[in-house]
Amino acid sequence: MVDVTPHGADLIPPAEVGEMELYHPHSWWTKYVFAQDAKVIAIQYSGTALAIGLVALVLSWLMRLQLGFPGTFDFITPEAYYQFMTMHGMIMVIYLLTALFLGGFGNYLIPLMVGARDMVFPYVNMLSYWIYLLAVLVLVASFFAPGGPTGAGWTLYPPQAILSGTPGGTGPGIILMLVSLILFIIGFTMGGLNYVVTVLQARTRGMTLMRLPLTVWGIFTATVMALLAFPALFVACVMMLFDRAIGSSFFMPAIVEMGEQSPHNGGSPIMFQHLFWFFGHPEVYIVALPAFGIVSDLISTHARKNIFGYRMMVWAIVGIGALSFVVWAHHMYVSGMHPYFGFFFATTTLIIAVPTAIKVYNWVLTLWRGDIHLTIPMLFALAFIVTFVNGGLTGLFLGNVVVDVPLSDTMFVVAHFHMVMGVAPILVVFGAIYHWYPKISGRMLNEFMGRFHFWVTFIGAYLIFFPMHYVGLVGVPRRYPELGDTAFIPPSVHTLNEFITVAALTVGFAQLVFLFNLFWSIRHGKKAGDNPWRATTLEWQTAGTPPPHGNFGKELPVVYRWAYDYSVPGAPEDFIAQNDPRPSTQGGHA
Amino acid sequence: MSAILIFLGLVTAIAGWWLARQRLMSKPWLEVGPIDAFPETEAPVMHPAKIGLGVFLAVVGAIFALLISAYFMRMAYADWQATPMPWLLWLNTGMLVLASVALQCAVVAAHKGQLDNLKFALLTGALTSVAFLGGQLLAWRDLAAGGYYAADNPAVSFFYLITAMHGLHIIGGLFVLGRANVRAWRGDKLARLVLTTELCAMYWHALLVVWLVLFAVLMGWAADFIDICRRLLS
Ligand code: HEM
Ligand SMILES: [Cu+2]
Repeated sequence: MVDVTPHGADLIPPAEVGEMELYHPHSWWTKYVFAQDAKVIAIQYSGTALAIGLVALVLSWLMRLQLGFPGTFDFITPEAYYQFMTMHGMIMVIYLLTALFLGGFGNYLIPLMVGARDMVFPYVNMLSYWIYLLAVLVLVASFFAPGGPTGAGWTLYPPQAILSGTPGGTGPGIILMLVSLILFIIGFTMGGLNYVVTVLQARTRGMTLMRLPLTVWGIFTATVMALLAFPALFVACVMMLFDRAIGSSFFMPAIVEMGEQSPHNGGSPIMFQHLFWFFGHPEVYIVALPAFGIVSDLISTHARKNIFGYRMMVWAIVGIGALSFVVWAHHMYVSGMHPYFGFFFATTTLIIAVPTAIKVYNWVLTLWRGDIHLTIPMLFALAFIVTFVNGGLTGLFLGNVVVDVPLSDTMFVVAHFHMVMGVAPILVVFGAIYHWYPKISGRMLNEFMGRFHFWVTFIGAYLIFFPMHYVGLVGVPRRYPELGDTAFIPPSVHTLNEFITVAALTVGFAQLVFLFNLFWSIRHGKKAGDNPWRATTLEWQTAGTPPPHGNFGKELPVVYRWAYDYSVPGAPEDFIAQNDPRPSTQGGHA
Repeated sequence: MSAILIFLGLVTAIAGWWLARQRLMSKPWLEVGPIDAFPETEAPVMHPAKIGLGVFLAVVGAIFALLISAYFMRMAYADWQATPMPWLLWLNTGMLVLASVALQCAVVAAHKGQLDNLKFALLTGALTSVAFLGGQLLAWRDLAAGGYYAADNPAVSFFYLITAMHGLHIIGGLFVLGRANVRAWRGDKLARLVLTTELCAMYWHALLVVWLVLFAVLMGWAADFIDICRRLLS
């Protein structure tokens, strides 16, 4: 080891500077409801996200029931199917994953991991949650609106999104959807400012950027991306709201609707697609980067080995973040564009594969000859890597203009994006919850239920989505509630569809076990102690578990090393905490 | 989408410049040791609220860059008919410039400890901003009186949308500026007003720049300028 200062690793007094004035709650209301403590806000965010995620899960069952056993359920009309599909997609991507990774994990982990007492703007942080909750409530309200929620598809493409042929198009459905998204973006921006400025300004002494755990890097970069990408969705939503509410024509071309000339004229639907995908593609990575970061930390901790190529991991995260802003139009190959543009976007899409591949290699190399503990978080992390590689390979196919054109709008695409941006991040969410639940609650999650949950979810996800690739290859289109008697579709597809539905219901059931476990273990789980995984990062070194208001004791920790000192040769223990001042050979937890 | 890409290029340049000073090339696994070696984690030089406002302004900038992008995209269509621009916009622009200047004076006064000047500068800033908003409303009325309604022609819709969006941002700022005014006129301690004043000034300058760009775009100068660039390039 090379010490960077001439006098070596002396003990130095902790910082007196950089402490912030903490807001201290005085009543039950300000402590648990209108809370300004990022840890409470994190739990509020996560609870709300999981609750609305449950709705999306139920919607996916209903869709699968229709696809597997068409005609059996009277209430699933084609209109209802479109509504379920739209709400399912929108909730999963935005209200569940984005909110959970950034609002949930971001709020809980950033202050603890960088060694801060709280977020820098606690009041704004609180507002962020309440606006998010409002957005969710508006979204839920659209289920009860006359005409029901919008069924325009999660991409909300105009002109159909606001025409009478689409469920919710002329009723309040689409308006509530747009308002809800606008609220979500406002709320997110408030939270996002906190996450970014906290990482920039509230790191404890010694916590250089290159000593940050990759989890923080992932969440930080994703937040920066989200702050720049969500405005595109915001602008698109506002413009569509104008079109729908006051009859302007931003996106609406002249259209004959039900035999009548609509009042719109001269709008450009392609403009919406550009705006939407300018947000939509980065959104994939907004969900993926926190997952990448968290997985890196899970793997390193549970394989008791330092992360391989930390620097490259950081550069890859930043590189992916920057590149993902210049690839949006690969979703629009079928909208007709200049071939040179097609070539440009195909190239940038393929280039993104490079840093992504680097990350995968580094995870594998971290595992290589590690002291792998097959704990539940580790199982989920491993499952993520496998799934991500799988999904990534099919993605390389779709990134090619030639291949994408025939496969576009088939179930192949549905299977692909569920693999990469559905199953893969969800596996990380679960891994992360099993990993950090002991810190949040002070108790371990029940091991038996956890392993049951893992195996059913992991194997089940493959049983759902692998056959779906095949279904897509033989040409089954997406967004079709029913196939009917189509000549090119072999009977095997129908059997497969039934099979997929059964698998989906089974996986769904396993999630209920998980939810039960979350509540059950609060009281009955094994006591966890401060650092059950014997991890190095600061959140495990707090004074008490769950961490008290203000996170750390009287003094903030001082950081002496990076986050990955596992199995250092000569050290008495197989990990050295980041705030352990002793030189590595004498270090460890005395 | 050229406007937003140019804007993102700017943001990337700033982020890159900052990242370049963060020792991203260091090898953290070799650098065990105390913190004296890492001055960048010492007490922050800039108040977090200013960084926060800076980040927020980047978000605001992205919103307007996207609106401009959409505007240009639509403008390229053959059936584009430009809106007549009410002459009042010139006056409004002047008002906004005055507001910005006044707030800059407020910052200077706050730093020098001149409470009286500060009070008047803050008040001038607020009043000229209100005048700007009133002027924008009158400009809308002019347009509507000429038969240009938001729903008729895309150029007109864009005009209303873009000016409304900008106006809303000014209104949001006025809440903070209004509070600063109340505190100043109630005789709050000057030291506690410095930060709000600085934040208001920063926000107003940014919104002025945004407005000048929007003004140029709406007047059609920006498009002419791009045309000239294009001709020079080809
Ligand atoms: C057990 C888990 C899941 C099942 C069984 C499931 C099932 C489905 C089904 C049947 C569709 C409609 C396909 C079509 O007809 O075109 C769909 C669409 C979709 N799902 Fe999932 N899904 C699951 C999880 C997720 C997750 C975790 C995400 C998060 C990213 C997600 C995101 C989407 C999106 C974005 C759509 C597209 C909606 C649209 O076409 O507008 N799904 N899903
Ligand atoms: Cu994409």
